[in-house]
Amino acid sequence: MNLPGTPSAASRRIRTPAQRHMAGWTIAIVLALAAPWVIYPTFLMKVLCFALFACAFNLLLGYAGLLSFGHAAFFGGSAYVCAGLAKYVGLTPELAILAGTAVAAALGGLFGWLSIRRSGIYLTMITLALAQLVFFVALQLPFTGGEDGLQGVPRGRLLGFIDLGDNHAMYYFVLAVFALGFWLIRRTVHSPYGQILKAIRENEPRAISLGYDVNRYKLLAFVLSAALAGTAGALKALVFQLASLTDVHWHMSGEVVLMTLLGGLGTLVGPAAGALVIVALENELADKVGPWVTVIMGSIFVACVLAFRRGLVGELLALRGRTDIDPS
Amino acid sequence: MTLFGISSQALFGQLLLGLINGSFYAVLSLGLAVIFGLLNIINFSHGALYMIGAFVALLGLEHLGMNYWAALVAAPVVVGLLGVLIERTMLKHLYKLDHLYGLLLTFGLALIAEGVFRYYFGVSGSSYAPPEELQGGVDLGFMFMPLYRGWVVLASLAVCLATWYVIERTPLGATLRAATERPLLVQALGINVPVLVTATYGVGVALAAFAGVLAAPVIQVNPVMGSNLIIVVFAVVVIGGMGSIAGSIVTGLGLGLVEGLTKVVYPEASAVVIFVIMIVVLLFRPAGLFGKQA
Repeated sequence: MNLPGTPSAASRRIRTPAQRHMAGWTIAIVLALAAPWVIYPTFLMKVLCFALFACAFNLLLGYAGLLSFGHAAFFGGSAYVCAGLAKYVGLTPELAILAGTAVAAALGGLFGWLSIRRSGIYLTMITLALAQLVFFVALQLPFTGGEDGLQGVPRGRLLGFIDLGDNHAMYYFVLAVFALGFWLIRRTVHSPYGQILKAIRENEPRAISLGYDVNRYKLLAFVLSAALAGTAGALKALVFQLASLTDVHWHMSGEVVLMTLLGGLGTLVGPAAGALVIVALENELADKVGPWVTVIMGSIFVACVLAFRRGLVGELLALRGRTDIDPS
Repeated sequence: MTLFGISSQALFGQLLLGLINGSFYAVLSLGLAVIFGLLNIINFSHGALYMIGAFVALLGLEHLGMNYWAALVAAPVVVGLLGVLIERTMLKHLYKLDHLYGLLLTFGLALIAEGVFRYYFGVSGSSYAPPEELQGGVDLGFMFMPLYRGWVVLASLAVCLATWYVIERTPLGATLRAATERPLLVQALGINVPVLVTATYGVGVALAAFAGVLAAPVIQVNPVMGSNLIIVVFAVVVIGGMGSIAGSIVTGLGLGLVEGLTKVVYPEASAVVIFVIMIVVLLFRPAGLFGKQA
């Protein structure tokens, strides 16, 4: 028999969802802070970049219900801008990232403006075609280095004095940016604006009849999602000191869809979990199975769609019997 | 002879190449439109199935000594059966869901196909010789036309017109169009709609395989030939709209010609000209040239 408040492991029970929630976040933060001392930091940074990318993508697909197949353009476009500015102009990393993000946001505005003229699968095909246009531009612009990409990008000094050449410093910087981006997405999803997005996803004619200017909300979702995808791409360019055609290729757009789908559409942490799994898989498998990686990715896609549409996090939440798949 | 400072041989040569590409766009977007009409699915694996069609011809020749004409029949049959299998085992579970899941599933299938072929054949292509009957060419006066290229355009046009005829002018086509509009009602009239759906998917992807065999002697047969093409075909579909069969054919051929012309006038832009046209069409006619206004 235990008295309340006794700090023995068996009796310490977290009662309210809020407490459980706090405990979960605390554990996650502690793990994230300790991780680079146990696991190779470059791998962790890659996971964080793709996690931010997938969370940004999910803002559009999971909450607004718009499937973009062109997110590589924002991710890669921003990576090129950030890498180019850091390498040739010598901007500090935070400014280079901001510039990349701004360009991605502008691209997102353009993509959104054009593609929301059509809906459903047409929107998907339009974003894919526009991203292909960006790919060809990236291939031919003089400063992008064509097939080689922009190599040897300096990580620089954060705010002019913190040397990001050190992997641990870089990791904490990436973690901070990720946390900021994640918080922003969470704020957006829970704001009245996020609720309207969900309403549009569920029933667009109804949202229109309630007087919402649906296209304006969709466009803003596009810009937000693209901007954060751009932040992720810019970070990735600094982490790997490389921006290449891989970043703007349509495979990249497919990969972020896969991460989001695997982790759980419309859940906050799902896409990050999906990113972790996919990046880890690629890391493990790339040298061992070569081209089969594509086959495995394709199979995961098929499995997710056929048997597993809620994704990892979605299934977990369903197991816990929550009808509302929206952990906050 | 020169026109605008370009030799007529170069100009018409590029236009013919453009027409050939346009034929592929037409056949593929036609298949996409037919499938979308009945299944409400955008078949992302259409490009991969086109690629498999070309590989059936290539491998058939290498291992079974199958000639081009046999491949032209065999590849659509093989790929059509593969399509039936895909529809029966996977796609049919998705009809009640959002359209997006069909797109995602077929995208996954395309990745699988591309990965498997890349493992066995690498990314560099293999060439496939045109059949003996169609080697050589004729001098048309203003240009020299390789026979095979002329054949590709004619064969594609014939297939497009035949498809148009079947859908718009026969009782089978009428049933198909009725099932597109009101599947439940058609089923209530005693027509087996699920079988119709399966057959439609099979025939739609068989068209892609046919295009793949036609393409094999013109381009290098390689595992990524389908994914490069399908993105352009998507843009073609956005430009034309999927509402009209004739519209798909005209848009496909027309855009191929425009692309060919761009190669002559301003080669740097030839890879993107169709995407740019798509943007312009979206600005001025958002529903597409032949689409119904939503």
